[in-house]
Amino acid sequence: MDFDGKSRVSSAITGIKPSGIRKFFDILNEMKDVVALTVGQPDFVTPWHIRDAGIRSLEEGLTYYTSNNGLIEFREEIAAYQKRRFGLEYDAKTEIIVTVGGSEAIDIAIRALTDPGDEVIIPEPCFVCYDPIARLAGGVPVKIALKPEDGFRLTPESLKAALTPRTKLLVLPFPNNPTGSVMRKADLEAIAEVLRGTDVCILSDEIYAELTYGEKHVSVASIPGMRERTIVVNGFSKAYAMTGWRLGYTLAPEYFTKQMAKVHQYAIMCAPTTSQYAAVEALRAGDGDIEYMKGEYEGRRRLIVSELKRIGIDVFMPEGAFYVFADLRKFGMDDETFCRRLLDEKHCAIVPGSAFGENGRGFARLSYAYSPVHIRKAVNRIEEFIQTL
Amino acid sequence: MKERILAYLEKDARMPHSDIATMLGITEEEVDRIVAECEAEGIIKAYRTVVDWTRTGKNRVAALIELKTIPQRDRGFTAVAERICNFPEVASVTLMSGGFDLAITVEGDSMRDVAMFVAEKLATIEGVTATATHFELQKYKEHGVIYGAETTDKRGNE
Repeated sequence: MDFDGKSRVSSAITGIKPSGIRKFFDILNEMKDVVALTVGQPDFVTPWHIRDAGIRSLEEGLTYYTSNNGLIEFREEIAAYQKRRFGLEYDAKTEIIVTVGGSEAIDIAIRALTDPGDEVIIPEPCFVCYDPIARLAGGVPVKIALKPEDGFRLTPESLKAALTPRTKLLVLPFPNNPTGSVMRKADLEAIAEVLRGTDVCILSDEIYAELTYGEKHVSVASIPGMRERTIVVNGFSKAYAMTGWRLGYTLAPEYFTKQMAKVHQYAIMCAPTTSQYAAVEALRAGDGDIEYMKGEYEGRRRLIVSELKRIGIDVFMPEGAFYVFADLRKFGMDDETFCRRLLDEKHCAIVPGSAFGENGRGFARLSYAYSPVHIRKAVNRIEEFIQTL
Repeated sequence: MKERILAYLEKDARMPHSDIATMLGITEEEVDRIVAECEAEGIIKAYRTVVDWTRTGKNRVAALIELKTIPQRDRGFTAVAERICNFPEVASVTLMSGGFDLAITVEGDSMRDVAMFVAEKLATIEGVTATATHFELQKYKEHGVIYGAETTDKRGNE
């Protein structure tokens, strides 16, 4: 009998679809001369003083594992940073784990909390990873549609309607990829009001916390009664332009942190040492870098919104991250067709909203982590395309 | 606001005022007005193009020249500096602290041209006591632009 590898893989894995965004990128990567607004990462190189700190650590031979949860001086800097920027207080020794990007942080958080059959509430559209990670943990994803008329914010009514006795975890992915929506303090207080008196936990993915253009980001963990049930996820990719360094972290009470630490130590051991030394420098001397990059994004955000409006595309004014979510529903085709045709006919790439969940259907995500000249060029191609319809 | 407009224009002199206005959330007229003011006040000196001539195949030689001079009563280094500014071969003239007085950059078609210019025109100016000529061999960065830098977008789609 021949060995049949295909039949030997886990059905838990085969039941999970590859990321929809991936499929689109595979086509895109095959094409030349594409003007893309697809990339979900900064167009800045990591500031030199941060790269230099990483290089220096290599020169000094700091190439060992760190402690599982990360260098203690690094965790202390993270604690100081969170207090300085967002008023959150976490103990460096017992409440912080340094992870391989925000992605690992999300993974260990969901795994540490989810028992088979537990419901995980996921507001959509959102980043693609929560649903499959919840499924892998045996959880049952429950989607809440974020609506344009609500500014793509989570409303207390829709949350209340989604709660059941089996609800274990609410994912709060704000500032939001792909819509650019944020939850203000009052919005979070309304959500907290629904959760008080329940035993529902929160995973607050705050990877874009530094990139808000109106009010400063507020963490749900700062709302009374929420800290004890919340795991905050953050990282260095977006704020410091450090995507390739793969560095994130969790902030959570000790009883959560202890359990997450087990997943982390068995699966990962520790986050890359070089990255940790570089990020210590980022936290000590990088606040100015954040402000500079944010100022650049803010200008581009205004530019892309005004350009899209000029060519007759309705957009929701994003208040965070570096994406705009464009409404394509009036063009008489679904978002995948629109994006595919735009790519084929005008060699311009944007990401169909349905890649971020069913509730993103009819929209497209445009990243403005590009130079103003590039943004203008892309919008001109979209304009040419629309004129042919 | 003025500083932010200048920062955009310093990076890209061709950026349309309408884009700058949108990005800063002000009107185009306001940008026009502030830019005109900056031009009138001499804050904006010129709009120029950063050219890497070595890529055109054209031979161009540039040199940094250290100049020692005797400062004049009342006018200091200004008289000599102003005199040197008049030569079209001279690209920049800067008064320096340290071991010499004026740093001059000179451009020409050949090393001989530049050397002769220094010997015949600069060294002979009254008040100039010494010159030292350093030829540029390779330009790595100019006006904030890295010359050899990769311009393609290497970011992976995540």
